[in-house]
Amino acid sequence: MILYHLNHLRELEAEAIYIIRETASQFERPAMLFSGGKDSIVMTHLARKAFYPARIPFPLLHIDTGHNFPETIEFRDKMVEEIGANLIVRNVQDSIDAGRAKEEKGPNASRNMLQTITLLDALEELKVDAAMGGARRDEEKARAKERFFSHRDEFGQWDPKNQRPELWMLLNGRKNMGEHFRVFPLSNWTEMDVWMYIAMEKIDIPNIYFTHQREIINRDGMLLANSEYLTVRETEKVEMMTVRFRTIGDMTCTGAVLSPANSLQQIIEEVAASKTTERGTRSDDKRSETAMEDRKKAGYF
Amino acid sequence: MSDFSKDGYLNMELLRFTTAGSVDDGKSTLIGRLLYDSKQIFEDQLEAIEQRSSQRGFEHVDLSLLTDGLKAEREQGITIDVAYRYFATPKRKFIIADTPGHIQYTRNMVTGASTANAALILVDARKGVLEQTIRHSFIASLLQIPHLIICINKMDLVEYSEAAFEKVVDEFKQLSSKLDIKDVSFIPISALLGDNVVDKSTNMSWYNGPTLMYLLEHVHISSDENHIDCRFPVQYVIRPQQTEYHDYRGYAGRISSGIFKPGDKIKVLPNEETAIVKSIEIFGEEIQEAYAPMSVTITLDRDVDISRGDMIVRENNVPNVMQEFDVMVCWLNTSPLNVGGKYAIRHTTKDARCIIKDIKYKVDINTLHRNEEDKKIGMNDIARISIKTTVPIFFDSYRKNRHTGSIIIIDEATNETIGAGMIV
Repeated sequence: MILYHLNHLRELEAEAIYIIRETASQFERPAMLFSGGKDSIVMTHLARKAFYPARIPFPLLHIDTGHNFPETIEFRDKMVEEIGANLIVRNVQDSIDAGRAKEEKGPNASRNMLQTITLLDALEELKVDAAMGGARRDEEKARAKERFFSHRDEFGQWDPKNQRPELWMLLNGRKNMGEHFRVFPLSNWTEMDVWMYIAMEKIDIPNIYFTHQREIINRDGMLLANSEYLTVRETEKVEMMTVRFRTIGDMTCTGAVLSPANSLQQIIEEVAASKTTERGTRSDDKRSETAMEDRKKAGYF
Repeated sequence: MSDFSKDGYLNMELLRFTTAGSVDDGKSTLIGRLLYDSKQIFEDQLEAIEQRSSQRGFEHVDLSLLTDGLKAEREQGITIDVAYRYFATPKRKFIIADTPGHIQYTRNMVTGASTANAALILVDARKGVLEQTIRHSFIASLLQIPHLIICINKMDLVEYSEAAFEKVVDEFKQLSSKLDIKDVSFIPISALLGDNVVDKSTNMSWYNGPTLMYLLEHVHISSDENHIDCRFPVQYVIRPQQTEYHDYRGYAGRISSGIFKPGDKIKVLPNEETAIVKSIEIFGEEIQEAYAPMSVTITLDRDVDISRGDMIVRENNVPNVMQEFDVMVCWLNTSPLNVGGKYAIRHTTKDARCIIKDIKYKVDINTLHRNEEDKKIGMNDIARISIKTTVPIFFDSYRKNRHTGSIIIIDEATNETIGAGMIV
């Protein structure tokens, strides 16, 4: 007897492609948020699969904090060139220069919060009515309650108590003027699923996910990359370490992990044996117990 | 997390299940136990709940805190919304739709149940079958969840007595005779202490059945999809604006049911044109068989006028094509259902409008009585209604096909999803 059944990665893939196609169909001006991290790379790969042999029928939008790893930007530009995608970049620096956003002060200053301002401005400027993001429900407790199609009011805010029920796979993207949606095709993926899928599909990722030597500052157990954006305190010292990154965000708030992993197989083994969640390497989530929930309500991804 | 070999991981299946229960029947503890005993809890998560447990003055780590969600919910000590949890064993990846069990949250239970392969229903061994057990079971049967697992919990508080277990099983069997349930299992457990959750209990030698985890890993789900009636709702038409693909027309979508193959004679609804499947593709790769829930692109041997919302079916097996039909509806909104009212609906990839012609009866979800007098359908009510649509809908009964038998009803003024409908 032949069993007509997909393995779980193929089922997640089919679900994500369905959501991406639904977004392209139901909205006039969708866009896909691209950060250069593994989740957005996987999402972009799924978008290519969804519309092949046609090109991705919406732009990729990168909100550049100016504090990215240079390797991320290099990877982004090469990938966009290869797949013939339309990339739009909006800079947090421009929001700061225009007085729309105010830089944080102090050694723990981060542009993570400021991204929301640039993002909301960009969505308005480009009249984006559906912004797809690579956020996953397993990342954080506030994200565990997200919908695939997440409705935002005209201020871009998320109201967790007043979400539209989502039944079967019948996604409701109807909206009033000025409102928009955030769409999360990878909602049901876990960190492990993402890595296994990258390995299965042989997807290219930035090299800082693999082991390398780097100047590191150990700040309260967080291994931060030494860079011009980080203010080193007097008591801190810069050390050379063998590290890789488990997630990629801003250089100022993404912690590295000590790791010799130089292949996907080794990364997968490391993730499987890991005793901490990947958000544990992100100082932006450690600010308070409800840091993510509060940021999401304000319009963050 | 436990070790995964790469090949093993590639052979894992996905099982979606829903859990329903109220605050005190141990649902959160059970989920916490499943996550904890399957080693899905990370140190930073454990630290956080240890800290909160001691802050609250608890003697032991309260596993139920693992599933605590939003600030608003923690303040009230309840779950408001459906929360999704993930864990995996070497055999399967699991998605839990964790839904609150109070009557005012029926809409959440329906939401969680709509995509589930299995439903876990918790019954307190001391209390037996309660109103809320009936409610949860009815929703599981209404939404046609293929597998029902009744966890008779708190066995530690009834001295692990077989008689107490059997009493609940008997009570449930009486109830289920009134329901449409295909596959039901009963497991005596203690979520608090871990008996029969992941590890076999040493306290109930009289029980020879599987543990909950074993059942979740082995329940047969490959026949949960309909592999007989070929239905392909067209989601998106791919027409590349590149010279090399000048004549390419691909019909993209997700297969609802049946098995499609190249060479199949198909019919397109609503225009009834026929054609032959030339190829079925995923990312340019041709595949020989496509079935639910695959997302694919189909090309045909000739030019046919097809757009989003149309449906490709086999020439000799077509769904109902009708504008008037009955629906079991669960109402999801505070503004009540309005007889004679006009609403937007969505069915597969098709948008239409409808008018509510009649309310046949309302179901009392605590007693399962049909009430033909009460025509007030408000939030969380379940009723059988008759509707008429502006255009023909291509459907199968929900019993036969969850994908082509379901609709959502949308308020045209607020755009909110206000009703979930299962076509009778």
